[in-house]
This record gives sequence, structure tokens and C-alpha cells, in this order.
Amino acid sequence: MTEAGPDPNEPVRSIRAPVHLEYHFMPGRASSRFLRGVEQGRLLGQRCPQCAKVYVPPRGACAACGVPTDEEVEVADRGTVTTFCVVNVPFHGQKIKLPYVSATILLDGADIGLFHLLQEVDAEKVHMGMRVEAVWAPPEQRKPTLESILHFRPSGEPDADYETYKDHV
Amino acid sequence: MAGEILVATNVLEYPYTRTVGPVLGAFFTGLREGRIQGVRAADGRVLVPPTEYDPLTSEELTEMVDVGQAGVVTTWAWVYAPRPLHPLDRPFAWVLVRLDGADTSMLHALDAGEPERMSTGMRVRVRWREGRVGEIQDIACFEPETPS
Ligand SMILES: [Zn+2]
Repeated sequence: MTEAGPDPNEPVRSIRAPVHLEYHFMPGRASSRFLRGVEQGRLLGQRCPQCAKVYVPPRGACAACGVPTDEEVEVADRGTVTTFCVVNVPFHGQKIKLPYVSATILLDGADIGLFHLLQEVDAEKVHMGMRVEAVWAPPEQRKPTLESILHFRPSGEPDADYETYKDHV
Repeated sequence: MAGEILVATNVLEYPYTRTVGPVLGAFFTGLREGRIQGVRAADGRVLVPPTEYDPLTSEELTEMVDVGQAGVVTTWAWVYAPRPLHPLDRPFAWVLVRLDGADTSMLHALDAGEPERMSTGMRVRVRWREGRVGEIQDIACFEPETPS
């Protein structure tokens, strides 16, 4: 397990000390419905009966009002970049070519941003207010995971007015 | 299936490499050679595993000292059902072992077979692993000095 240097006669300078945690994740009833929807190419959120905010993915309750969110609403698979991060640093297990952009996307009809990958655009062209759309995996490859959306890409629409997303930045 | 709650198995893993510095580096190099070393503290005690700085005076420690490959169990906890990544695939004890010539105890696994063989103060010795590379797992485990 030691970072075996080329010469085993050299003094030991480092050791591998991996942290490994294996666990079962249960997303709960609301997010399970969301993930089943993703498998079918649909994005299902829930609306709070008190503040009317739409949660995507839904968690079954409104964090602000503390009430169950029973009403299911379908939101669009396109939206607006509210904030983003350009990833320039390589890390172990990375599959995407650098630099790439992770963005928070406010889907049309939703009130909280969805964090996802932005592709098919140069990193330096990404900006707040940019309109983007989901690129889905082919139907037969979709699973109940957000990876069924391969990434988002610019939709070609004009930038969203700041007023439309200013409450979500 | 629709409406059922999903379950996924997640694996979280960070493949850290850590540099070990001169003192632990010497300790691990010693393990690769089949030796166990401690470090001499300011008050003359031998600390195993070694520390880079004196626990009382904070001064830098550099004098490595070979200690024995057998010692006594100072405390222990029996593991009835080993987990997949435990050092042994059968029930064993986590033990603190004070090696002969050492003044502190080190943590390791003891292959004692059954908890009835365990007692504080029992004599144990190192079982080395084949193909040592310079890490704590070079000590496969400890085993009781007297056969069952
Ligand atoms: Zn609410």
C-alpha cells in the first residue's frame, strides 16, 4: 500500500492512507418519485402549500415553512444559470476534460437551483443569466439518477433578465 | 416498482497519500526490514510508535531505538464479527501491546482464536507479513507467545 518508490532500498517517505466509506443511501419518498421521473425524462418537483415555492428535487417538506409538500409539479428541463464554477484542478477519478463548468441552474418553474455539469460551451463564455437546456441520455440508458441528464448546454435563447432570478443567487 | 423508495449503495473514498516525515519514515522503513523502532523521549522513555516531538517538552526527537518483537497486552477489545476491511477475517482482538524495551503501547490486532485466551498482561509476539513494503500492515498481526 506504500507509494512504492522505484527503489525499495530508499527510506519510506510516504504511505497511502485511503479513507473508505461504503453506505446505503435512501433518498426518501419524495426524492424517489423525482428519480423515477428522471428515468422517464421528466423533472418532478413539489410545491409548498404555504409559500408556493417549488422544490426540485423535492424533499417532501418545505424547509422554510416546515410543512409537507404534497402537490407535485413538473418543471421544464431548461433554465437559467444563476452561478457557476470553472474547474481547473485535476483530481483522482476525474472523467471530464479540464477546464469544465459546474453550474447552478434555476429550471423554469422551480425555486431552487439544480447543480449540474455544463458542456458544449467554452468555460470563459459561461455567465450568470445564460439560458441552458438538459441533454438527456438515450431513453434506454436512463436510470433513476441525475446522471440520466448527461449535462446541460446553452439553449441559444437570449440571456434571462436579472430580475427573473435575482431571488435565487 | 413505481412509488417504491429507492436504495443505492454509495462508496465514498479519498485516496490520500501522506508523507510521513523523518521519524515515522524511519519507523516504516524499519518495519520493511523486519525491525520495530521507537524514539527516545527527553525523559529517557522509549515511545513506540515513535513521535516527532516530545509529548511533555515538545522538543524534537531523533534518537531511534530498536525494541523487541514481543511484549505484553495492556488492554484489549474482542471483535466477534470482523468487518470486511479488518486486518483478520476471523474473530480477533484489538490490543494495545507494550513491546519489550518500550514504555508506551501500540495498537494492533491479535490473532488469539477465541476470547477465552485473552487476558491483560498476556505475552504476545509479532507475526510479520510476507512481502513487506514499509507500512503498519507489514505487521500482519500479533499472536500469543504460548501456543494454545
Ligand atoms: Zn414553504
